[in-house]
Amino acid sequence: MEYTILILLLPILSFLILALAGMKMPHRVAGFIGTLSLGAVAVLSYVTAYGYFTQPRSAGGTFATLMPYNFEWLPFTPALHIDMGILLDPISVMMLVVISTVSFMVHIYSFGYMKGEKEFQRYYAFLSLFTFSMLGLVVATNIFQMYVFWELVGVSSYLLIGFYYTKPEAISASKKAFIVTRFADLGFLIGILIYGYYVGTFTFAPATENLMQGALMLPWALGLMFVGGAGKSSMFPLHIWLPDAMEGPTPVSALIHAATMVVAGVYQVARLFPLYIAYAPETLHIVAYVGAFTAFYAVSVACAQSDIKRVLAFSTISQIGFMMVALGVCTGMPSHEGGLGNMASMFHLFTHAMFKALLFLGAGCIIHAVHSNEMSTMGGLRKYMPITHITFLIACLAISGIPPFSGFFSKDEILTACFAFSPVMGYVMTFIAGMTAFYMFRLYYGIFWGRENKELHAEHVPHECPLTMTFPLMVLAAVTCVAGFIPFGHFVTGDGLSYDIHLESSVAVTSCVVAVIAIALATFMYARSSQPVADSLARRFPRLHEAAYRRFYMDEIWLFVTKRIIFRCVSTPLAWFDRHVIDGFMNFLAWSTRASGEEVQPMQSGRIQSYVLWFLSGIIVLTLILLAV
Amino acid sequence: MNNLSAILFLHAELSLVLLLLIVLLADIFMGPLRRRWLHPVVCVLMVLQVILNLTPDTRELFGGMYINTPFTSIVKSILSAGTLLIFIQCGERIKRKDTEFKQGEFYLLTLSTLLGMFFMVSAGHFLIFYIGLEMASIPMACLVALDKYCHHSAEAGAKFILSSMFSSALLLYGLSLIYGTSGTMYFTDLPALLQGTPLQQFALVMFIAGMGFKMSLVPFHLWTADVYQGAPTGVTAYLSGISKGAAAVALAVILRFVFPAMREDWTLALAILSVVTITVANLMAILQKDMKRFMAFSSISQAGYILLGVLAGTTQGLASLVFYIAVYIVANVAIFAVISTIEQHTDGLTDRDSYRGLYRTNPRLTLIMTLALFSLGGIPPFAGFFSKFFIFAAAFEEGWYLVVFLALLNTIISLYYYLMVVKAMYISEPLTEDGSVAVAPLKSQGGGRLCLLICTLGICLLGVCSFFYEGLFLWASLLG
Repeated sequence: MEYTILILLLPILSFLILALAGMKMPHRVAGFIGTLSLGAVAVLSYVTAYGYFTQPRSAGGTFATLMPYNFEWLPFTPALHIDMGILLDPISVMMLVVISTVSFMVHIYSFGYMKGEKEFQRYYAFLSLFTFSMLGLVVATNIFQMYVFWELVGVSSYLLIGFYYTKPEAISASKKAFIVTRFADLGFLIGILIYGYYVGTFTFAPATENLMQGALMLPWALGLMFVGGAGKSSMFPLHIWLPDAMEGPTPVSALIHAATMVVAGVYQVARLFPLYIAYAPETLHIVAYVGAFTAFYAVSVACAQSDIKRVLAFSTISQIGFMMVALGVCTGMPSHEGGLGNMASMFHLFTHAMFKALLFLGAGCIIHAVHSNEMSTMGGLRKYMPITHITFLIACLAISGIPPFSGFFSKDEILTACFAFSPVMGYVMTFIAGMTAFYMFRLYYGIFWGRENKELHAEHVPHECPLTMTFPLMVLAAVTCVAGFIPFGHFVTGDGLSYDIHLESSVAVTSCVVAVIAIALATFMYARSSQPVADSLARRFPRLHEAAYRRFYMDEIWLFVTKRIIFRCVSTPLAWFDRHVIDGFMNFLAWSTRASGEEVQPMQSGRIQSYVLWFLSGIIVLTLILLAV
Repeated sequence: MNNLSAILFLHAELSLVLLLLIVLLADIFMGPLRRRWLHPVVCVLMVLQVILNLTPDTRELFGGMYINTPFTSIVKSILSAGTLLIFIQCGERIKRKDTEFKQGEFYLLTLSTLLGMFFMVSAGHFLIFYIGLEMASIPMACLVALDKYCHHSAEAGAKFILSSMFSSALLLYGLSLIYGTSGTMYFTDLPALLQGTPLQQFALVMFIAGMGFKMSLVPFHLWTADVYQGAPTGVTAYLSGISKGAAAVALAVILRFVFPAMREDWTLALAILSVVTITVANLMAILQKDMKRFMAFSSISQAGYILLGVLAGTTQGLASLVFYIAVYIVANVAIFAVISTIEQHTDGLTDRDSYRGLYRTNPRLTLIMTLALFSLGGIPPFAGFFSKFFIFAAAFEEGWYLVVFLALLNTIISLYYYLMVVKAMYISEPLTEDGSVAVAPLKSQGGGRLCLLICTLGICLLGVCSFFYEGLFLWASLLG
């Protein structure tokens, strides 16, 4: 599998070409370079996946973990060294497929969406950089390499959110995303350092005696690492950056803020899963509670948003919550009982990436057509945009968990795992899944049915998007239709053994019924052009509606903590000290240096007699010193 | 091999003399029309000269009066290469109408000083050494005064020859004291006889002062600023790089191998001189407004750093010293090349204020200048960082902690004034009335470009390519 190195080399190469020479190329050429290299990466990923999953299983029944490349980069001690390499195991191979597919689709889609954009080449350069970093993250052979690429995806996400750098909202959103995730990454870094210090290595699977010596500290290390994962995957209360990140171009939101980067936290937990299960099950359950609360919080907010990308952003947050819950409810129970959640989580990651990218790309088409994110400018669009309409509907059905679309299967596994953990968790998650169906169809009806904004549409008739944009929609919709039937349990499971997915009939029926009821409710409230029920509800509970619309004031709370408490009580005194004491001292140093410079100036009189005098006195003084010592 | 035919083994010197004769004859017999061929011919011959010297050989001739080692061979190569760089760069300048008839003189004088330096570093006897020193000094005065109708240049020449005479006299006095107390001037015999009597200590100080004059160490440096400012810019580059480097190598070799018994004396003297030189030169450099004068003080402070390698007096010290000189020459030649290009094209503008906003009109020249200043300031990854690092490490290993600390403090000051120039070029608004940049966009010609290209490559690569320093270290270790 030596060719896997190309999966990393091609995107970085295309980034370098586009970044260095891109501005001199025509737009088309730059786009082609980026897209072709990504196409090649996608093909290579499929070949890798095919080769990997068709290889014979090892004696224990698992797929072998391969390391085609691993070179020692920074050795500290014989055991503790930072490596750079490529690691292939079921989850990393699965991630390769997800990332390269979505990224390739986004590259094609961007041809249409970003057409005529002034800095088209820069956009493609950043896309390549992001893809490179994300691929590097998932194939990391050790926790430190993962961290390096983790920061790189953060940077490329920052660059892409702030792509429209003349828009103040985009600038502040990119800064917010970068600062919040960086802040969370501090936890990740401390976790890594604790891990390296106590376990004595950075690898994912250290020897048992190493683990034993650090067993006491492992829960802390893993918990801190999860803080970083929570930041990247926008878990409550670190989720505040993701809704604002929607200021970036929509294809970017589809790629980075829906399908790939935001699931990095999930991937991180899955990657360290054996350590969690064996040494820190409590930490793992904390992950579950955080995930469940986030999922609930996000669906409540999503029900009240009017900006379609924000709705999708909160939907992403809640779906990632689902994945976290699925990982968190795993236990050390033997065979598939305990590890079901891991498989379910990875399965949901896979299906979610496809249908959420589809939703975002569809939203991109809609925004492209009406030039606004607000639901009030839409309504009745189904007549104008048939392809977008159908594919969007498929994605909505998938996320709501309606069979036979992919979301149904993965969500069903998650719910089964939750019920196995505790019935309360199972019911709560089923309820959240129902709310998901409700707000998704609220969104769907708001865009394609409901009250049409006739004046606006008369002025500028919405139209279906070009093929470059609808083609990825159709591909992703097709994947969404069939992905549920992939025998996922044969490829990726918690313990690596093959497992047949079977539907738990009671869970499946319950969740289907809940989803159908929720969709019916949404149809009743939002499908027609006037919405008396929804309006009266909003009037009846103005406080609640307002609070949900304002995302339960989380941003305000963060601002209060940073501006009022941290800035005023810590930063201001420190700034005073810096400005007056430290700067004062430095200024004094600079002043005294300059003053002494002026003191020695007269030495340089320009008269040769005085030069000779200095020369002689130099000799005399030196001689006296030597004689005296 | 004590007969006269031994003279045939002086490869480097003989080829240089041949070159000199060719230039002399060509200058006399070439008509004014064919004189434009002089520059390329000299450059090609210099390239041959550098290549010839690259073959290191070990020889002791004339009963030990002349000693050549692989180490001195490589030093001579570096000096010749530096001279070649300056020739390449000066070609255009010297072909100007007012100096065109003097180009033969320019090459002739420069090559004679180079010959003197060769004898200086290869001397095995104080008299040979002294002859080399004088050969390197007297033609230099003529070079400084090359623009003899320019008031500044003539004044600089006069100042140089007067101070040079004075320092030579003192040095000679010191040498006579050494001869008087030991009865010999052979480097091989002297170590056993120099035991550090007060008279010998006095002689040592005289010797160091004489070399300090060539290297422009404080307080023997006072001629430097006036001469650097007054001399033609190419000559200033030569004076500040090659001449200084040769003196430093000669000083290091002689102190280490002739005065081993007085090690404590000379290391103390050098430590004091080094700290004083770096500090005073930095303090003065901050206040300079004229670029050439500013570079004079910068080069004085660099001499202080070079002295650290002499101070270490070890193999590592010698290797890092020569490395420092090579790195310093490329950066300095680059800066002087930029200064000289601007000076030529703007009717002699050399004050720092006219460099304001240079980035807008001449981005490439500005970039090269910035890289060279970074290298002089010791910012990684440029060569200057590595050379400073090695030379500090060499002094540190010998236990000169305080001296290294003070030198490090001084690098901060030096960074300040180097960055002042960078700031002027990139950030500051021009001071002219209409806000336009004082220097119009200008094109440097082929020679200048080639020189800048080589220097830029040197600045970027000399430090990163470690084999260069390792080779120097190897040859220095052969000295024993």
